[in-house]
Amino acid sequence: MQRIINFILSYRNAFLYGFLMVISLSLTVRSHSYHQSKFFNSSKWLTGNVYGIAANISSYFGLREENERLVQENERLRKLLFNPEQEIAQPVDTTSINFDVINANLIKNSFASPRNYLTIDKGRNQGVTQDMGVITTRGILGIVENVSSNFATVQSVLNTKSSINAKIKNSEHFGSLEWDAEDYSVAQLKDIPRLVPLVVGDTIITGGMSSIFPEGIPIGVIKKYDLNTSKSLYNIDVALFNDMANIKNVYLIKDKNREEIQELEALTEDE
Amino acid sequence: MNNTIFLNTLRFTLLVLTQVLIFNTLNFMGFINPLVYVIFFYWYPLKSNRAFFMVTSFFLGFIIDLFSDTLALHSIAALTVAYARPVIMRFCFGVNYEFQNFSFKNTTKVQRITFLALLILVHQIVFFSLEILSISHILLILKKVFATGIVTLILCTLFSSLFSPKSE
Repeated sequence: MQRIINFILSYRNAFLYGFLMVISLSLTVRSHSYHQSKFFNSSKWLTGNVYGIAANISSYFGLREENERLVQENERLRKLLFNPEQEIAQPVDTTSINFDVINANLIKNSFASPRNYLTIDKGRNQGVTQDMGVITTRGILGIVENVSSNFATVQSVLNTKSSINAKIKNSEHFGSLEWDAEDYSVAQLKDIPRLVPLVVGDTIITGGMSSIFPEGIPIGVIKKYDLNTSKSLYNIDVALFNDMANIKNVYLIKDKNREEIQELEALTEDE
Repeated sequence: MNNTIFLNTLRFTLLVLTQVLIFNTLNFMGFINPLVYVIFFYWYPLKSNRAFFMVTSFFLGFIIDLFSDTLALHSIAALTVAYARPVIMRFCFGVNYEFQNFSFKNTTKVQRITFLALLILVHQIVFFSLEILSISHILLILKKVFATGIVTLILCTLFSSLFSPKSE
């Protein structure tokens, strides 16, 4: 017994190393295979507030650019307002509006690692819930992953775990939008069948298959495409509309019918 | 002794804030985010309780992980560097680092830079191989290790000459 204790004591550093290594490795494996950790993420009180203060200071430096972007969007929306016959009239009755929109500020951006998470300054108290879609004035950004009382983390489209239903504009051929961690301005659209005619420069938009994003939110344009190894499906490189390195204001979208759709789908799968 | 504890606590806090607020958002050339907090392992007192040093390093990595949503990647890298530091020190400074009166003052500049470079290399290799975690992306890993490693080395050398501790 004495010798065992002596042995442990003489290698105590190696044991400590092993012990801490096991703890951190298990956390890493968990975050690779499951969703982001519930307890340790940047939406928590301390981390959220530090990022909040820093974003508060640095946001002054980008005000001019951000203003221009918002003015451009207002201009587009005003055009829609003055020319209602060009678009389908919006429903006025509030009970028939399917999507809720909340605006928020990005307080932490990230695009250089393979699994990018962003942090925004709205949380449960402002009505943010898990699995809301996040967009900017230019296009799609990601999906809300974890929510604390005043902050939330967003799984960016630039995340190897991300997979978003997308389709080619003016057709119904859909695939899933993924990212290969190579270039932050290019995402990959998978599973488009070979028979679909493609042209470089075609617009890619969100499909209506998921209950996270409404149909028709712009994603990007086709940059390059080739067939995959089985020669039956296309691998398409999509140049994103969003400049992922320069984002400030975001909008969160909530589909009011999501619960109903999910319940129905769960019921159908059970049978 | 109290002075050392205070100094290292201050370094710990300042390095965490510098790393997460400045260098994690740098994105130089699109992907280079230098991991400057490695200099903590360079500055930490040479003669110290090894177990306490490892626990401190683990928490340094863990707090940076919390901020950057890369759970436990920084912790593993920091822990490994802390564990490997005596070996690297013996390699760089020879056996005489075990003597009582050994300090940074009686080492050459080349020795100190080699020491720093090896700390950074170990840290980068562990961090990026775990971050990407796939053999098929080996070129991406090497690209990131070398590009980020060189920028980190330059920044850390600058930091170490700017804030050189006089007492150690």
